[in-house]
Formats: sequence, C-alpha cells, structure tokens
Amino acid sequence: MKFEDEPVPGYPLPILPGHTSPGRFERVLRAGGFAVTTELAPPDSADPEDVYKRARVFDGYVDAINATDGSGANCHMSSLAVCALLTRVGYAPIMQISCRDRNRIAIQGDILGGAAMGVCNMLCLTGDGVQAGDHPQAKPVFDLDCVSLLDIARTQRDERHFQSGRKISFAPRVFLGAAENPSAAPHVWRPQRLAKKVAAGAQFIQTQYCYDLALLRGFMDQVEALGLFGKVYILAGVGPLRSAKAAEWMRNNVPGMHIPDAIIARLSGARDQALEGRTICIELIQAMREIRGVSGVHIMAYRQEESVAEIVERSGILQGRSPWYPERDAPQYSHRTAAS
Amino acid sequence: MYAVRLWSVRHARGLHAFYGGFEALLVQLNGLFRALGYERIERPTAAVEKVVKGLLFDCRMCGQCVLSSTGMSCPMNCPKTLRNGPCGGVRADGNCEVKPDMRCVWLEAYHGSERIPGGVESMSKLQLAVDQRLQGHSSWLRVTREKSNARASP
Repeated sequence: MKFEDEPVPGYPLPILPGHTSPGRFERVLRAGGFAVTTELAPPDSADPEDVYKRARVFDGYVDAINATDGSGANCHMSSLAVCALLTRVGYAPIMQISCRDRNRIAIQGDILGGAAMGVCNMLCLTGDGVQAGDHPQAKPVFDLDCVSLLDIARTQRDERHFQSGRKISFAPRVFLGAAENPSAAPHVWRPQRLAKKVAAGAQFIQTQYCYDLALLRGFMDQVEALGLFGKVYILAGVGPLRSAKAAEWMRNNVPGMHIPDAIIARLSGARDQALEGRTICIELIQAMREIRGVSGVHIMAYRQEESVAEIVERSGILQGRSPWYPERDAPQYSHRTAAS
Repeated sequence: MYAVRLWSVRHARGLHAFYGGFEALLVQLNGLFRALGYERIERPTAAVEKVVKGLLFDCRMCGQCVLSSTGMSCPMNCPKTLRNGPCGGVRADGNCEVKPDMRCVWLEAYHGSERIPGGVESMSKLQLAVDQRLQGHSSWLRVTREKSNARASP
C-alpha cells in the first residue's frame, strides 16, 4: 500500500476523514493493512548520526519506529529528541511517554512540542520502576499513570485545553496508543484494563512480548467480547530470542516477561540458537496474523535490530508492500522529472 | 502494617459495608460540621483518619480515597501509585516488580473487589489524575461535603 501524497519531510499530510493524525501509521491501520512497528534503542550519545544509523536498518520493513523513553529506567537520549531527528527526514516515529520521569506540566509541554515537530503517534506508558535501571537513586515521579496520561493527551487534542483548563490554540494532531501485557496477572482482568485505556483515549495498543499464543488468544477473545474490536487497533509484541540462556535470563529479570518452557526447550535443542530464535519469532508472527483482531505486530529486537529486516522478509507479512523510507522513491522522482 | 493491610482486603466485604454506614452517618452530621466549620475540624479529622486508615490500609492520605473501587487495597501503596489497575510488570508469583516481597496491590484489589458487591465492576471506573494539593487532607470530610451539597442541589 502506498499513499499518493506521502511525504515530503516537513510538509504535513492532509488528515483523512475519521483520522486524528496526518501520519502514515494511522493510515496503514485504518486502511486495513497489517502494520509492522519496531523499537529503536536511543543512543548514549549526542550525535544525531547515531540515531539515523539505528533507524536505517529498518528501512523498507516497518511502518513506524518506537522511540523509547528511558526504557528499563536507563538513561539514554530522550524520546522527544529522537523523534524530532526522525521526523526531520520523514520517518514515522511513535513517541513513547513514560510517567516515571516527568510530571504533568512537563509531559503536556512535550506532547505539544512533539506534535509541533511532526510526531503523529504517541504511546502513553506508566514506565518501569527506577530500581530496574542504572539510576536507582533517582526520584520516581509518577504524577500521572498511563490511563490519566491518555485522558490528558486526548483532552489536549480533542478539547484543546490543558488539564488546567487553559486553552490550546492549535491542538496536537496525534494518534494515541498504550501498552498492555496479556501475559501478566490478573489475566482475567487485563482485557478490562484495556477497555479502560480505550475509554481514556487509546486508539492503538502495542502489547508486551507474547510468547504464549494461548494466552494471547484468550485475551483477544475477551477483548472482542467487550466490544472493543473496531475501537482500537492491537499490535501484538514479539521479538527474537538470542539463546536459551538469554531467554531464561529475560524470564527471570525482565518485568512482566512470560516465556513458556516449551520455547526455551526448543531453543536449547537447536544447533544455531539465534537462528532458531528468529524462526520461532517468525512462526509467532504468522500465527498472530491469523488471530482475529490482531492488526499488526510490534517487533522488539533489542541489540538484534538488524534481524528485524530478515524476520519481516521471511514472515511475508508485508505481502509485497514497501513501507516508506527516506530514499524509497528517489529513482521515481528523477524518472518523473526526465519524463516531464 | 502489611499484615493488617492484607487482613483488610480479606475482610473487604465487612469493611465496605461498615464504611457505607459510616459515610451515611457523616452525611447526617453535615449540619453539625457546617456549624463547627469544615476548616476548623479539618486538621483533627485528618489526624484521626490518618491513624485509622493508616492502621487498616497503610493509607498514604492522598485525600482522594478510592478504596471502594479497589477492593480495600490502597493503590497509593503501589510504588508507581497506579490508580487504574496493575502495570505489566507483575511477577509470575503475583508480587510487585519494584518490591519483590510485596504482593501486587492490584492483585489484592482484584481479590478484595470480588468480595464486594459490584466490586470488580467498580475497578473499571476511570480514575483521573490525582490532585496533589489534597495530599494530607481528610477524604471523609471532602466526601461528606460533596455528598451533602449534591443532596441539597440535585
């Protein structure tokens, strides 16, 4: 799928009827495409080229790139800055906003600032606790939680005012998202929590890693029973596991991570564990595509970002479609000039 | 105290019913409170509230009590002060991501809510951002005043 009017960096696209943002990511989902998103690990550096280098490995394979906001409570370049760099050259970033480090004054300012710099998608998160990261001595803020943050962001966009009631002259035109973890307790209540996020303003959901398809299927059945299909686009989270040892470590140390024993056994039995990890990931993606209500996948390949292209390619989920990237249409432009 | 807090969740039904009666009594006493002056009784009431709810729920005196929607498990004990449900970091054993020795307050809230009529349903109520100015103030008096005002002008 290709949109005729996409995009000259810096030029806003028209907002289509029924859309809330001028972004490509919302367009892909609303047009019924199976969307692919991924995550960019922000550099520990002030060099913009470090951001572009990390973005380029996804060229042609993803519809949007999440810019994490101090993920795992570790300090990196800010999400807002990564997004501003990415929009300069036309990428479609998803700006992650965590409630851990900033209060409502800072966050509302960032929402306006991000939108002003061309960020069309924002993901409202609670954030990991500070104990998980490299600055456990820091003060956790949590002035808002992800649901009240969604409510405030939606108010800024739809009602054009801050939480204080003060008017906003030009509203941020953004597509709002949230996260959910179908694999965490209390399983029966997770779909209700998703409903709460949708009521607060979530238009898309990116889930945590789902290695247990039975849990995901059960979750999606409940989401459907709550009448949420059509109100929210759900992207299932996946990622390649590097080895059985790495999977074991993640299961024990990464909050909210659930990896069934069968997957770990399969990895440890393989000759090339990294390859097996990618193959498992591809099989999961193909199975997820068949689950009713799943509108895409969110591929998190921390420190294996270069494997995203292979995973997307081999899984065939793009069905021949080539998501926009800065150089994609360059030859066509020169051709057109020659013809005219 | 942690053990008492867990006891309170186990007895959520009784505590919920008791609070229902207590709140009705407070609303009845609105005239008296008005005569005394809500501002004047704020500090002593908040002090009593802090002791009672501190003992039962490890109350943090946020001033915007939502215990009725959280199965008598105080959400302000969540290290992330989440008021709309559990984060995605709940451990496989049901304990907190940040404090591994503590049960997730939202898992407790779920179990407590199951004991209250209409409880799990009430967990779905959207809790908007807290007003940090109310920290340390009496939630009892605020609710009493709001309910009395609502009754006076329906």
